[in-house]
Amino acid sequence: MKEIVHLSRRSFLKNGILVGGGLTLGFYLPLRGSLSGASSPSGVTFMPNAFIRIGTDDKVTIIVNKSEMGQGVYTSLPMLVAEELEVDWTKIRVEAAPVDPAYNHTQWGVQGTGGSTSVWSEWDRLRKAGATARVMLINAAAEIWKVDPANCRAEKGLIIQRGTGQRISYGKLVEKASQMKVPKDVPLKEPKGFKVIGKSMKRLDTPEKTNGKAIFGLDVKVPGMLTAMVVRPPVFGGNVKSFDAKKAKAIPGVKEVVQIDSGVAVIAEGFWSASKGREALEIIWDEGTVAKLSTEGMREEFTRLSKTPGAVAKKKGDPQQAISKAAKQLHAEYEVPFLAHACMEPLNCLVDLHDDRCEIWTGTQLQTLDRDAAARVAGLKPEEVRIHTTFLGGGFGRRGNPQSDFVAEAVSVAKVIKKPVKVIWTREDDMKGGYYRPMWYDRIAAGLDDQGDLIAWQHTIVGQSILSGTPFDPKKDVDPASVEGAEDIPYEIPNIFVDLHSPKIGIPVQWWRSVGHSHTAFVVESFLDEVAHSTGKDPYEFRRQLLSKHPRHFGVLKLAAEKFGWGKPLPKGHGRGIAVHESFGSFVAQVAEVSVNPSGKVHVHKVVCAIDCGRIVNPDTIKAQMESGIVFGLSAVLYGEITLESGRVSQSNFHDYPLLRMNEMPVVDVAIVSSEEKSGGVGEPGVPPIAPAVCNAIFAAMGKRIRRLPIRIEELIKS
Amino acid sequence: MISLEVNGKKCKVDVRPDTPLLWVIRETLGLTGTKYGCGMALCGACTVHVNGEAIRSCVTPVSSVDGKRITTIEGIGKTKEGKAIQEAWISDDVPQCGYCQSGQIMAAIALLKRNPKPADTEIDETMSGILCRCGTYQRIRQAIHRAAKKMAQGGKR
Repeated sequence: MKEIVHLSRRSFLKNGILVGGGLTLGFYLPLRGSLSGASSPSGVTFMPNAFIRIGTDDKVTIIVNKSEMGQGVYTSLPMLVAEELEVDWTKIRVEAAPVDPAYNHTQWGVQGTGGSTSVWSEWDRLRKAGATARVMLINAAAEIWKVDPANCRAEKGLIIQRGTGQRISYGKLVEKASQMKVPKDVPLKEPKGFKVIGKSMKRLDTPEKTNGKAIFGLDVKVPGMLTAMVVRPPVFGGNVKSFDAKKAKAIPGVKEVVQIDSGVAVIAEGFWSASKGREALEIIWDEGTVAKLSTEGMREEFTRLSKTPGAVAKKKGDPQQAISKAAKQLHAEYEVPFLAHACMEPLNCLVDLHDDRCEIWTGTQLQTLDRDAAARVAGLKPEEVRIHTTFLGGGFGRRGNPQSDFVAEAVSVAKVIKKPVKVIWTREDDMKGGYYRPMWYDRIAAGLDDQGDLIAWQHTIVGQSILSGTPFDPKKDVDPASVEGAEDIPYEIPNIFVDLHSPKIGIPVQWWRSVGHSHTAFVVESFLDEVAHSTGKDPYEFRRQLLSKHPRHFGVLKLAAEKFGWGKPLPKGHGRGIAVHESFGSFVAQVAEVSVNPSGKVHVHKVVCAIDCGRIVNPDTIKAQMESGIVFGLSAVLYGEITLESGRVSQSNFHDYPLLRMNEMPVVDVAIVSSEEKSGGVGEPGVPPIAPAVCNAIFAAMGKRIRRLPIRIEELIKS
Repeated sequence: MISLEVNGKKCKVDVRPDTPLLWVIRETLGLTGTKYGCGMALCGACTVHVNGEAIRSCVTPVSSVDGKRITTIEGIGKTKEGKAIQEAWISDDVPQCGYCQSGQIMAAIALLKRNPKPADTEIDETMSGILCRCGTYQRIRQAIHRAAKKMAQGGKR
């Protein structure tokens, strides 16, 4: 999401000044009641900046401005603070940040989590926050002891005086430290001195995620709360023509049935009464133009478009001429479907709306946009809206909706009922609710000279723009999110051409873990494998020769190949495939070992993954995210597909939108490259290479090239 | 009125008899550790124990468990297997988003009660009923083995 950088320069600058100029003491924060955070009987806390609060009980609360959706930010970001603050890890508590410009993303100008940016975008700010606090605590102790601060050092939540060995805990310094001047330009540690960064620190949120105490959006309760379900149009863009609520209202527990912008809301005492009420509701819809759409029709249209010139995303050399003159040409078409995020926690949002304020509890990835949308719907000022970010039961991009769909809708329900109300999406609502990973169609060609060298590459992409029409719209012909991973291929090819068609077809689309890379890596790395095989060269060797100018790509490729034992004999019927891809500032290569049984069922036995994400913060989190990305990607390779028939989404729940299960889990082995480069992301980069690695392995195992996902068993049945 | 014993406490609930046990646990009794994921017994996020057996509470009408003993994630830590599993989950840092983990843990505990030393194939068979979108499967497998080992050592002492 690097294209978002320029969008809100004003708030970015504002934020920059806040940090650069130092935050004043007593800086106002609309903090919510902390569950387990720092507390002080006297009410005095030391809060040197927006991210740290130390209580007289020695507890250190770190206020995290990123949403915890599994990727580990409630651990990795506190690690950045803790490194400089010199604090006892067991005394750290985490609290979700409220919505405030102080918590804006350092690059986006709004508060949000995504694009695998959390660690690198907070790398400087959070370390500075920790260092500033430490210096103030040292200065406070020095003043009490009447010694030079240079004679004091901080360690595990204590300030220790050199020589005398006298010590005082942070909690006892709270009052004094609060009177210290906020220092400017505090020096930060050199990496060789790191004690926390680079270590596999235990996740701070694990205990509460094993005993039922972790609170997700769906778990929040407020007194007098009602539950609502919304019946949304069966076709995207449809509207309510009329409805009859008589039978629904007759269901015990149903309180109200009301029309809102997005459909008809059934408001009831709880989930079951709302769901019974909804079953009894009769609605006549005005379905609109999307009712004419079907997946098959879209495929035909995309195919037609792919044969016409699109908006140019990349042109190097003269690819058309080079291909036409090539000694050998290869042509292929690749296709991937719409995909649902299918977070385990279906969407939900609790709203408590009053005349002068609005409280919202939800798991969101885009707090500022949601707050502003809520304010618009409620007729309030943004500062009168408070968002309490809960744990997210998965996000994968879906909970960062640029239209704030699930938040704005819940506020509109609250506006009618005038009581606290939680809108719950059923699994079916969530699955059919749109904002999918776009369906893509790719036409791709390569030219080889008479030496077998790759001299031309031509790639046409067809699919809906994700950013178009959102506040992040780049307002250009080429949406960078559509061509990322395709217009910037690392391979040394003299002639390259990439163009793009972005048809507007009315199906809501959105970023889905790894965004454009989720499809471009599959196409590029599969087709490159086709080219390699056509020359008779080993796919690893073929890539190596083309990556001479990209050492980090080659580094992970080599590491994965070595760790797997590339070239060593495999069991009969097994095949291995390799793929490498850069995304979100990180480089990932994967080798998959696969077999296909006679009935066409694919078995992924093993995946070796190598990642270079620059500077390592929490190695175990990096491993977990690679495992996670591989599973997420495998579900898409093997099963994931949202289709439409007469504008209606055909899938509804996990029986027709299956996810990978435990019995299908390959052994995953992750290797991390040690690096001093700037940190890259880890939440998404594990996803892109798995589809091509698996499909390349299938080709190696049985000579069948997969060019359309998900894999269709019928294509693999052995004759 | 339906009588239940939940996590050792006896209670009576006055709800529609067809209400799924899940929503009685979550809304009537306020125990939100048990999760809603699919409503069709497809994902296992709602797994609880009824008289010691793992069941899917999202499709279990509360009337069908009248008078029975129910254990949820909030109460399972008191058992030997529960404690071992929770500790192993922490050791291996299993959860990511955490939403499915109550179901995973309840299923894993039922497995260990049945078979204190399960092989990979048995783990896969039992645990394949519980979906995890974050992909924590490898660590779940590892943590079940860890808990089994710990319990075996505990037994020897």
